Amino acid sequence: MIRLRKLARAASLLTTPLAPEDILSLFNPVFSARQLRGVVTKVVPETADSATIFFRPGRGWQAHLAGQWARIGVELDGVRHWRSYSLSAPAGQDPAITVSDMGAVSGALVRGTKPGDVLFLAPPQGDFVLPEHPRPLLMLTAGSGITPVMSMIRTLVPHRPDSDVVLIHTARTAADAIFREELAELADQFPNFRVTHWFTGGHGRLDFTSASDLDRLCPDWRQRAAYACGPEGFLDDAETLWEAEAAEAPEAPSAVEGSLTIERFSTKLAGGEGHDGGLVTFEASDREVEADGDTPLLDVGEDAGILMPSGCRMGICHSCLIPLRAGHVRDLRTDEVHGEPGQLIQTCVSAAAGPVNLDL
Amino acid sequence: MTIVSDKPDVSEEAPKGDPSPSKASAAVKTRPGALAESGSPLVRPDAAAHLSDEQVAELGRELDAIKDDILAKRGASDAAYIRRVIKVQRGLEITGRATLLVSKHKAAWVAGTAMLSFAKILENMELGHNILHGQWDWMRDPDIHSTTWDWDFVTPTRSWQHTHNDLHHRWTNVVGKDNDIGYNLLRMDPSQEWKPFNLGNPLYNAILAPVFEWGIALYDLELPDYKEGKKSKEAMTRDLKALGLKALKQFTKDYAATPAVAMLTGSGKQALYGTLTANAVRNVWAHAIIFCGHFPDGTDTFTEEMVEGETRGDWYVRQMIGSANISGSKFMHLMSGNLSHQIEHHLFPDLPSNRYAEVAPKVQEICKRYGLPYTTGPLLKQVGSTWAKVFKLALPPKKA
Repeated sequence: MIRLRKLARAASLLTTPLAPEDILSLFNPVFSARQLRGVVTKVVPETADSATIFFRPGRGWQAHLAGQWARIGVELDGVRHWRSYSLSAPAGQDPAITVSDMGAVSGALVRGTKPGDVLFLAPPQGDFVLPEHPRPLLMLTAGSGITPVMSMIRTLVPHRPDSDVVLIHTARTAADAIFREELAELADQFPNFRVTHWFTGGHGRLDFTSASDLDRLCPDWRQRAAYACGPEGFLDDAETLWEAEAAEAPEAPSAVEGSLTIERFSTKLAGGEGHDGGLVTFEASDREVEADGDTPLLDVGEDAGILMPSGCRMGICHSCLIPLRAGHVRDLRTDEVHGEPGQLIQTCVSAAAGPVNLDL
Repeated sequence: MTIVSDKPDVSEEAPKGDPSPSKASAAVKTRPGALAESGSPLVRPDAAAHLSDEQVAELGRELDAIKDDILAKRGASDAAYIRRVIKVQRGLEITGRATLLVSKHKAAWVAGTAMLSFAKILENMELGHNILHGQWDWMRDPDIHSTTWDWDFVTPTRSWQHTHNDLHHRWTNVVGKDNDIGYNLLRMDPSQEWKPFNLGNPLYNAILAPVFEWGIALYDLELPDYKEGKKSKEAMTRDLKALGLKALKQFTKDYAATPAVAMLTGSGKQALYGTLTANAVRNVWAHAIIFCGHFPDGTDTFTEEMVEGETRGDWYVRQMIGSANISGSKFMHLMSGNLSHQIEHHLFPDLPSNRYAEVAPKVQEICKRYGLPYTTGPLLKQVGSTWAKVFKLALPPKKA
């Protein structure tokens, strides 16, 4: 390793101002001095509008924990777009993402990816991961929310046949339920793993307003460490139910038993209300853009061709922070207008409220 | 809650005496977008004096439409183009350099030097110049971006972007504002005051050509501004440090590391001559192409009154009548970094260079319709024309 670095430094004497990786990338596309990349090795269709994409990452990738997500960069008509996707492969194996077609980027990934394509990557992150010590688990998933949980199940169930896991997965129809066959096989093979599919097309939504649905599907749910992943409403309802149970409980439940861990895909933004924007100045990039009051500054910068740091695009991971030099921004989640010079702004959930100067 | 309504003054936060980024850029930030909304400059250039304000505004709208058309079409094929050029350039460069390692054989010397020369020209012009203009920023690829790219040229990219993108492109050919008119070395416009020093014009230019990259590096330091106190000592120190580091790396690569490796085959001296030649070839070529941009016969220079109150349309007019194209083959356009489409480049400095050829006939048609000159000619004619000017302006103006 150290010798490699010395070699690279010696080689850079001959390649400056390029890095040796820039030359090596002529022969192997995963080499880059700046940007972690991966090469697609296999694409497996899952349902009519979802697919699993396996890839071999270049140097700099860290092995993922079951349940984590990674940022994936894709090029649409020559322009790089970044989105976050949960890794569905079990920990310890080559990474894979399972993507459902829900927009331009995911659509291109599901329908346009082929082996040999290059994906741009950021290392896996996230703390929606399995508990350190074995305990009974309840997994609540809806739609593509199954992806991180699938990684957990694939990691845990076959290697610890004694682990007690209940999965309740809701999907519109049987045909829309990702991983249905594999889950059924696992349930056959491992009696301590139980799967319930709930099809909203027939039964309507899983009702979290009272505990009755859950009591029926998993009577001991209160004793389990619960994980939930799915759309906004699904998670909000689950959170409300768990909070209500906690309030009613005769004694405070222990930190793990009866806990709920959630993973969100998106956040409601207060956009589209016609707020006043302003002139956004990216000082170091020396660029000015007129922005409306409802567009995240991240999108404003990206559309102007500025290399914006970005992450989850929903205000949770803080990868997109940029120092504010002057002006005010509006938090699109809360509608709050704020801004102190030097304050770090989450550009993915902040819009201009009047003229804004950013240190980028 | 207070909302800041003025453009916030952030100068207090900038390190003391450091003119960048906020203070200095505030002064030069008057981009085309910040030009006067309507009206006309105090004086309209002779070549455009026959146009009314309304006609100039209409011309501006027509050129905006041409730009919007390209922006709408720009996409995957353009991205593939620039990546292809990068691949070809890097392939040529490493093959050329590898061939020079055995350059004690004459054929290897010729082939290696030729490949390295071509590679350096491509790298400097179609890649470096255009990427550093931000022509490819829209791809959001950190490997091909104006803020991350570095070139095989001694001048540090930030310094060059300041004098070139900000000053030269904003104030194209305005005497007293655009120092590219002669680079503080040559007398290239009759309105520049003649001094006995200017007798050496042809000599200076002949010396400048083969060491052009060092000339540009020196020019980008903005020594006259420093002497006049317009550039702070801190900024000067910073720029000198950046240049020193960059020059050291460039020098090491071409004149120490490559020959050192070639010594293993007994080709050290030949490899050194090879890299020297390749740099000189690139410098002479870049010098010729760049001089053909604004100095040939038919290009106008402007006074400060002509930019006072300038509208977007007038800005476009000035770019067109202040620049000159070079006619020639596709290969010539590529090797010139499409600066052979200097007029189109000055109208739309951040459109991808591969699109200039497509835009050129439309721009030429507009010039014809509005009765404006559109200067173009083959390379040798244009080079001859710039040299004629270098000689002519060496002499004092004839007394009327």
